[in-house]
Amino acid sequence: MNTLVEVTDFYTAEFEAVAGRLPGRELDWLQALRRQGLKAFGRLGFPTTRQEEWKYTSVRPIGRERFALAVETCVGLVEDDLGAARMPELDAHRFVFVNGRYAPQLSRPGKLPTGATAKPLAQALREEPDRVRALLGRRVRADENGFTALNLAYFTDGLFLEVEPGVRLERPVHMLHVSIGQSEPAAHHLRHLVCAGEGSEVALIEHYVSLGEGTYLDNVATELALQPQAAVRHYKLLQEGAGGFHVAAIDAHQLDDTHYRSHNVCLGGALVRNDIRADLDAEGARCELFGLYVTDGRQHVDNHTRVDHRKPHGTSHEFYKGVLAGRSRGVFNGVVYVHPGAQKTDAQQANHNLLLSRDAEIDTKPQLEIYADDVKCSHGATVGQLDENQMFYLRSRGIPEPTAAGMLTYGFAHDLVEHMGLEPVRHLIEEILVRKLPHAAELQGVE
Amino acid sequence: MASTEREVEELVAKKYEHGFETDVEEETAPPGLNEDIIRLISRKKNEPGWLLEWRLKAYRHWLTMEQPRWAKLRIDPIDFQAISYYAAPKSRKDGPKSLDEVDPKLLETYEKLGIPLHERAALAGVAVDAVFDSVSVATTFRDKLAKEGIIFCSFSEAVQEHPELVREYLGSVVPYTDNFFAALNSAVFSDGSFVYIPKGVRCPMELSTYFRINARNTGQFERTLIIADEGSYVSYLEGCTAPMRDENQLHAAVVELIALQDAKIKYSTVQNWYPGDEEGRGGIYNFVTKRGDCRGDRAHISWTQVETGSAITWKYPSCVLRGDDSVGEFYSVAVTNNYQQADTGTKMIHIGRNTTSTIVSKGISAGRAQNAYRGLVRIGKKADGARNHTQCDSLLMGDRCGAHTFPYMEVKNPTAKVEHEATTSKIADDQLFYLRQRGISEEDAVSMIVNGFCKEVFKELPMEFAVEAQKLLSVSLEGAVG
Repeated sequence: MNTLVEVTDFYTAEFEAVAGRLPGRELDWLQALRRQGLKAFGRLGFPTTRQEEWKYTSVRPIGRERFALAVETCVGLVEDDLGAARMPELDAHRFVFVNGRYAPQLSRPGKLPTGATAKPLAQALREEPDRVRALLGRRVRADENGFTALNLAYFTDGLFLEVEPGVRLERPVHMLHVSIGQSEPAAHHLRHLVCAGEGSEVALIEHYVSLGEGTYLDNVATELALQPQAAVRHYKLLQEGAGGFHVAAIDAHQLDDTHYRSHNVCLGGALVRNDIRADLDAEGARCELFGLYVTDGRQHVDNHTRVDHRKPHGTSHEFYKGVLAGRSRGVFNGVVYVHPGAQKTDAQQANHNLLLSRDAEIDTKPQLEIYADDVKCSHGATVGQLDENQMFYLRSRGIPEPTAAGMLTYGFAHDLVEHMGLEPVRHLIEEILVRKLPHAAELQGVE
Repeated sequence: MASTEREVEELVAKKYEHGFETDVEEETAPPGLNEDIIRLISRKKNEPGWLLEWRLKAYRHWLTMEQPRWAKLRIDPIDFQAISYYAAPKSRKDGPKSLDEVDPKLLETYEKLGIPLHERAALAGVAVDAVFDSVSVATTFRDKLAKEGIIFCSFSEAVQEHPELVREYLGSVVPYTDNFFAALNSAVFSDGSFVYIPKGVRCPMELSTYFRINARNTGQFERTLIIADEGSYVSYLEGCTAPMRDENQLHAAVVELIALQDAKIKYSTVQNWYPGDEEGRGGIYNFVTKRGDCRGDRAHISWTQVETGSAITWKYPSCVLRGDDSVGEFYSVAVTNNYQQADTGTKMIHIGRNTTSTIVSKGISAGRAQNAYRGLVRIGKKADGARNHTQCDSLLMGDRCGAHTFPYMEVKNPTAKVEHEATTSKIADDQLFYLRQRGISEEDAVSMIVNGFCKEVFKELPMEFAVEAQKLLSVSLEGAVG
């Protein structure tokens, strides 16, 4: 049985058992925060489909398991084991985390420019606890849901990135998270803190892969603070394994004239839930949210986004696309909230889906809530299949049906890949798309 | 303007105060709801046992339910025990004695809407039992309908005269378990309309409650049942553009439409209940459950609504597209001003193959009003070739109002095509300038732009209704701009 009490009891007992091993145990304020998280979890438990925000995503498969905190194992792992995920062409500051903990032997942090700090969160808690305290838990709160609660209680590591005013990071920061299956279900609770100072520029790649089989949960919270005129490009690339559950909350707080661009690409994972929020809290802030989800088998991918326009002259552009095959299910929920007084807001949103199989399902809900009159807001959503006319056009030119279908499907998805600035990331995604999209493999050699 | 509304309200309140103190008092149930009251309602209406049982089941189910809170509405608590659930048809004696006694501002509104003189008296609740044209017209109409085999009568009459039809279809589209307000309605419904169009008959005229002699005072818990048998057609009009006098604050109506194979039902509503004053005091709470069932192949149900009244509107006229190739349509204009709140939209449930649905929703929000579109398009696994197109536009007039969109799309079939588009805008200064520059007054210019915004919906209304609706819109938005 899975009563709330039993689930809570398990995670409480587990917490008492591991608390001594969690980073920052000597910091009283952090202990208090962790206890807060645990308490919030006791109150909330895991969300249920009776909650509007989780209407289409049942996390029962997660509630059923007992995810103990992963033990520290990255023994014997060498760089080559990371394979394509390393993106050899990519010139980046690479931070590798294995099962939720920093793995120095696999990482290549390189030298950061003066004024920029990037280090594992556990290390930052030792070296500059006050800076961490100023950022931690400000944007992703424990009481949002059971996952954010557990994350605050249990987080083991993550990336701490702080860039001083005016500093421009030439090379992107690549956080590579590797999950290695273990015999028992294991949880990796990660927390990333990013603070981009005034006028700074940062590119960040949050990348999740898995090695081997096994059931695990990646539970992530990412908090970003953008000081005026800062620009952050945030790539999130999910290649979780077939036994991987991934739940993440991302919150970007934007001040004057900041620019936040998110590329969220979901290619793997049994059950994925992303909550991505941009809070345009000052004039002239701009955000772009791009998302692509390609699913098959029994995958379930849920992307929830929320853009808050709080002040005038904000711009948001959101563009999400999904390709669903097999028995998979996609969920999109995009809220655009224009607060009173946020005049001259320009908010656009689109979500397009391609259903390729009889057993696939998509539930989409673009949502506008508008409390200011001088605004330009629109959203659109479509669900459909490959265009018959386009298919006919290609077939009439002698292209076999599977190839034609592959070309069109690939073209549909590629829309979201082509304007990615980082070429190596783009290439990696393209390769996966060719492997993963139905018929897209037919394209090889067509070019 | 404020004083107008208040005077109207006073007028409304006047009737309320005195309504229960006349000689019909013993015909009125004490406030409160329990099984005895339901038995009383049923007995007074001389209903068969099965209907009483159905009401009681609905009541018992209602007791287990809670008032829904998911809508984007702020609703003051409703005391369901403070309402009197049965009142015999009231006498008209306690209303104003003639038009001279009616508030001149109200008459002015009628003038603006272009309502014929003799109808104004009826609308203002004047107690003269004069034979209006409409009454005699109605009688003629009934004869004509009877010739075609069409049944068009009050719900109570239908229960007496056509119990087999009522029993077969009542609650078959909106079961009493459907939602809180539908359950309440099922338990206590007062009266309403009943329409049956026989096989292959095209109803020769627009049917309207307005032309039903005994339609007055059907009260706050109205129940409408329309059955279009195979191959038939009917167009039904509900409501009236003129501000209606009504003493009941809570309205919870249920409308069930059944379209069998090749049948078409067109249902048009103009709702202009009292919206409350400029400070948001008073006004009708309108909680309506409307649903149509396309039960046969190629059945067609079309909802058109113009909602300008009520303090709170909670209404989602829906279509269940069961038959293959069946069609569902929803055209809506919802106007909210001052402190009005509307949460309205539709559900299109595609079950059959090649089913098509169209949704056009236009929301206009002014003053401090909140206007939400909430819609669901569900494409079932077997609905091969299903199509939906949704267009959902909001117009904001003023910086203190809100416009919201909550469209749900659930698609389980890969051959389906679903499209949703929504925009939000305000009346652009250059549009206004263009019209003003051509010598059109600001008020007329706004009215033209708003009417243009709503054109797609108005063209679905029967012609006379469309003309009235346009006028109504400009009256509702008076003072919203400028």
